[in-house]
Amino acid sequence: MALQSLDIARRSATTTEAPQVRHTEEVAKLIDVSACIGCKACQAACMEWNDIRPEVGHNVGIYDNPQDLDDKTWTLMRFTEVEEHGKLEWLIRKDGCMHCADPGCLKACPSPGAIIQYANGIVDFHQENCIGCGYCVTGCPFNVPRISKTDSKAYKCSLCSDRVAVGQAPACAKACPTGAIKFGAKEDMVHYAEDRIVDLKERGYRNAGLYDPQGVGGTHVMYVLHHADRPSLYAGLPDNPQISPMVSLWKGIAKPLAMVALGATALGSLFHYVMKGPNEVSKELEDEMDKEAALEKEDAK
Amino acid sequence: MTNHWVDIKNADLVLIMGGNAAEAHICGFKWVQEAKHVRRAKLVVVDPRFTRSAAVADFYAPIRAGTDIAFLAGVINYLLENDKLQHEYVNAYTNAAFLIDPDYGFEDGLFTGYNAEKRSYDKATWRYQMGEDGFAKVDPTLQDPNCVFQLMKKHFARYDADAVSNITGTPKDAFLKVCEMIAECSAPDRVMTILYALGWTQHSVGSQNIRTMAMIQLLLGNMGMPGGGINALRGHANVQGVTDMCPFTANLPGYLSAPTERDATAEAYVAARTTKPLRPGQMNFYGNFPKWWVSLMKTWYGDAATAENGWAYDWLPKPDGSYDVLAMFERMHQGRMNGFFCQGFNPLASVAHKGKVSAALAKLKYLVVMDPLATDTSEFWKNYGEYNDVDPRQIQTEVFRLPAELFAEHEGSFTNSGRVIQWHWKAADGPGETRGDLEIIAQLYTRLRDLYAKEGGALPDPVLNLTWPYRQPTRPSADEVAREVSGRALRDLTDAAGNVVVKAGDQLAGFAQLRDDGSTASGNWIYCGSYSQAGNLTARRDNSDPSGLGQTLNWGFAWPANRRIIYNRASCDPSGKPWDPKRALLRWTGTAWGGNDVPDMRPNAAPEEGVGPFIMNAEGVARLFAPGMIEGPFPEHYEPFETPLARNPLHPDKPEVTSNPAARVYKGDMELFGKADEFPYVATTYRLAEHFHFWTKTSVINAVLQPEHFVEISEELAAEKGIGKGDVVKVRSNRGEIKAVAVVTKRIPVLQVDGRKVHTVGIPLHYGFKGETKPGYITNTLTPFVGDANSQTPEYKAFLVDIEKA
Amino acid sequence: MHVSRRGFFKVCAAGMTGSSLATMGFAPTAVLAEVRQYKLAHATETRSICPYCSVSCGTLVYSMGDKSRNAKARIFHIEGDPDNPVNRGSLCPKGAGLLDMVHSPLRLTHPEVREPGSNQWKRISWDEAFDRIARHMKADRDANFVDKNDAGLTVNRWTTTGFLASSAASNEPSYLSIKVMRALGVVAIDTQARI
Repeated sequence: MALQSLDIARRSATTTEAPQVRHTEEVAKLIDVSACIGCKACQAACMEWNDIRPEVGHNVGIYDNPQDLDDKTWTLMRFTEVEEHGKLEWLIRKDGCMHCADPGCLKACPSPGAIIQYANGIVDFHQENCIGCGYCVTGCPFNVPRISKTDSKAYKCSLCSDRVAVGQAPACAKACPTGAIKFGAKEDMVHYAEDRIVDLKERGYRNAGLYDPQGVGGTHVMYVLHHADRPSLYAGLPDNPQISPMVSLWKGIAKPLAMVALGATALGSLFHYVMKGPNEVSKELEDEMDKEAALEKEDAK
Repeated sequence: MTNHWVDIKNADLVLIMGGNAAEAHICGFKWVQEAKHVRRAKLVVVDPRFTRSAAVADFYAPIRAGTDIAFLAGVINYLLENDKLQHEYVNAYTNAAFLIDPDYGFEDGLFTGYNAEKRSYDKATWRYQMGEDGFAKVDPTLQDPNCVFQLMKKHFARYDADAVSNITGTPKDAFLKVCEMIAECSAPDRVMTILYALGWTQHSVGSQNIRTMAMIQLLLGNMGMPGGGINALRGHANVQGVTDMCPFTANLPGYLSAPTERDATAEAYVAARTTKPLRPGQMNFYGNFPKWWVSLMKTWYGDAATAENGWAYDWLPKPDGSYDVLAMFERMHQGRMNGFFCQGFNPLASVAHKGKVSAALAKLKYLVVMDPLATDTSEFWKNYGEYNDVDPRQIQTEVFRLPAELFAEHEGSFTNSGRVIQWHWKAADGPGETRGDLEIIAQLYTRLRDLYAKEGGALPDPVLNLTWPYRQPTRPSADEVAREVSGRALRDLTDAAGNVVVKAGDQLAGFAQLRDDGSTASGNWIYCGSYSQAGNLTARRDNSDPSGLGQTLNWGFAWPANRRIIYNRASCDPSGKPWDPKRALLRWTGTAWGGNDVPDMRPNAAPEEGVGPFIMNAEGVARLFAPGMIEGPFPEHYEPFETPLARNPLHPDKPEVTSNPAARVYKGDMELFGKADEFPYVATTYRLAEHFHFWTKTSVINAVLQPEHFVEISEELAAEKGIGKGDVVKVRSNRGEIKAVAVVTKRIPVLQVDGRKVHTVGIPLHYGFKGETKPGYITNTLTPFVGDANSQTPEYKAFLVDIEKA
Repeated sequence: MHVSRRGFFKVCAAGMTGSSLATMGFAPTAVLAEVRQYKLAHATETRSICPYCSVSCGTLVYSMGDKSRNAKARIFHIEGDPDNPVNRGSLCPKGAGLLDMVHSPLRLTHPEVREPGSNQWKRISWDEAFDRIARHMKADRDANFVDKNDAGLTVNRWTTTGFLASSAASNEPSYLSIKVMRALGVVAIDTQARI
């Protein structure tokens, strides 16, 4: 049995209470988008530290490479060119897991211990427990987790939990050459952000602000935005992220109902899982759901 | 850099022009961010493209590639017209007051003394008026019509905002906004730094680009100041160190001017380079030339270098002309070279006009490539389809490829752009049979030496007498060589009273101990003291910073003399008080100069002595008027050799001054310059943040980050040419064509220049046919084979192309 | 709150399969929450300098093995040196990817020659490489060395072999290269620094 390096706050699909006596400092990564030049040092450091190398892709007419997050791309610079008051702005946002205080992925995850939230705020995926169902993808309001085509498990940024556990900053934050990524206690990060926002306001960005969305209980990856009034300017950063209503519904109402109906469905599913593996279960469910969706579209017409 | 990376944080205004620090020097750029965030400094970017630097700038002004002199000359005119000068600094620390020969003149784009046939100047009139006392004449009132200040005013008066905007395409209001921001830094307590790189050097007027900026920094009083200076952000990790060692035909280590055919004897050679002061009481540091040169010759030839044989002067080769890289490939192309070594250098990809380079390499008898990586050059003879379409059977060059170690596989020192020399240690062996560069060179030398000893041959003497004191002759250690570079006493050195100050064999403490009597040895005088009796100072790792200015004087060793900011005497007013007490680098304590840096001044030179802060100049002051330049003592705007305008808007009726009239152009290359009717778009080449030169295309991580060659064009040009985002396009110059993916962007401005619209095509350079990246064409297939008149750096940054959907 | 039928179904399905499994004690393994092992804990750390641009960032190079005789050191991670006053631990995307240049498939591992007209490399020994190159140099130098120019001035130059010096080599090999080339009389010397 491995030692536990960090205190656990929550585990997926487990009802055992987490220990609550020790106080753990909450950590956060602060991404100052106004200071980011999109150099991708964070992407390089992430690949290098975590021993992941995506395929060498193509240029498709933009600077974003790879073009999307995947099992081997846990963070990604997304580039947007906008014109604000006749002035060109190149908005560059580092995308990746936000480490929500109220993580939709964890809530949606059906596999015990596949998703762990540590008391310091890190939300970590434990692939050895992942069944590859993809519900974390559905549960995530930021569209971050990806299911690997190699091993059918979910992957995303771990906030370098292995580094943080020994007192170091995540690889991306350490590497960041412009200081656009800072890492520390969440409280300190908020203070630092305040100073940055004062500076940005002095430079004419009247709507500069901190992105720490309360719809997900706040996040342990926060952004300083020059246009905090319009997060969606930054390559579709959600203006008001919420845990998917489906997940909330499931946790709030549907779960007790489902527990009652446990017998047939669950045993059936389990049998299916044991005999055929998770992917095929998902596939069949997905097919069924796609049919439903098609019908809904018809209804809408 | 006159200053250094961390010092950028001390600036109030950062100008990035002729460079793109956020993309090419990212970790250095952090100090720009530090200045912005902590000092609340402003960042201004002037560039033909809206770069990553521009992405975080307070103000961005577009400019047409190749028109920086016009822009900066306009700034000078603005400062002069609006009296935004730091007068006391200009009067005391520049040659503004110096009187120039009355016959000097400038007319229709040409300075006096031009010879059209030779494309060069007779500089006889570009000189100071000399008094009977043997010193240059000055007019401290700056009123004499022949004084530098008045000549400067007249020269730059033509560059008003309208003229500048017409040439550069920079909108007039944007230009004036930049002028205003710069002008604020004429106050003694406001300082601007300028960060430039190859965006200024890689032009046929490259050196003058930089000089124009240096003039601005002098007029503002920013040279020598913390947070100021003129800062060349250099290319490779050790490009500064390698430059200091001077692998140049015209220089010996430490920038000592090498002998030429004009220097018949050692005495004549030394005399011509040992300057005399041009004003009374000046340090005239070049007066020490004999000490540096004799110490070098003693290092190389030991006892065989004697006063009697002129310190083995005859063994130094005297060239018959230029051998810069363009000249070399020209000679090779003419079939005048047989052998060639590429040590960590990939000329097929990095030299202009790939077609010519490839044809030249094919004329060699032997080529030796020493490199850790499989370079494009090493396989110039191999057919890579459309990317390198050659026939190996037709190429008779014998090519050797020697696997070298990478940085982490041996120890040694690198000198960063801020002149700080830092030691690096070995972490692991290289793969397979790789060997270090020291061993490769030593093996070749010792084998040649043995052949000459055994068989004789052409002039064996310098080969046989070269000092080779290394304990393992085929494997000199970096430590041994570092000691040799720094230098030692060959005999006991005594002071005037006869006391021994340095014992024979001891390492020297600094270049002040060098002598011209053969008693000292130093392989590179500017590195003298970097390895002293106290040990290898480049390996020091004390990063304490008591001044808070980021000087870290005990980290590594900065040349010269561990000085971190050169010309730092100019950070104080003539009386020795810091111009800005809040940023005090030095001060006169009453008996000596002291403070937070090693003074760039004789330590006991009292302010009343009037010793000027620019000690390397015989004048003691900095030159606003600089007769050393090839194409004129003042900068003038000339168009790139491939210009979209077909005329110089300043001299529309003078075709001979359309482009730099003193730049060297080879026969055959002049004919290959493209014209705007066939190649209507301005092209410029550059680096990307994700890649380093042609190395990282071999690295998977970097290939993932920016996998494929692309070119950038504006939305307007894309619409005009029917090119969509992600389309493959063909880009053609008069020297060849490449294909790449189109990135259509708002970041490429469309400019109004001289009554017409000018489009720019941006072309990154990192791709080639060898690599983990997608196979690509070599960008330098397109670039012209012409260099800056002073440095012969090729004009990679401004040429003409056409573009179409492939 | 709008929940489509599809979404509702999906949520129920997920919840049932997952939660029910756990509730009934069918979790695949015990619920572990170990973070990944910190991989540098027992590595050897060496201070070096990034070889790319002229910022010359300090790097920490981590290799496997403790330098004992039988353990072959292999570099497996490189990150920024926090002590270095310039980069203070940071690295750019080039520096952060250094490991992949160290272990690039395009690293050269043995001396090779491409014979005239050939379409391929041939592996040779270092001895053969050095000897053949030295022979080429001597033959060219002896044939083309110019001791005096037309005016009778001693010039002692060798113009037909050129040397392009690296801007990435350390100062020591750079100096030694120049020392040797000058002694041979080579005048065609230049460096990446010019361009």
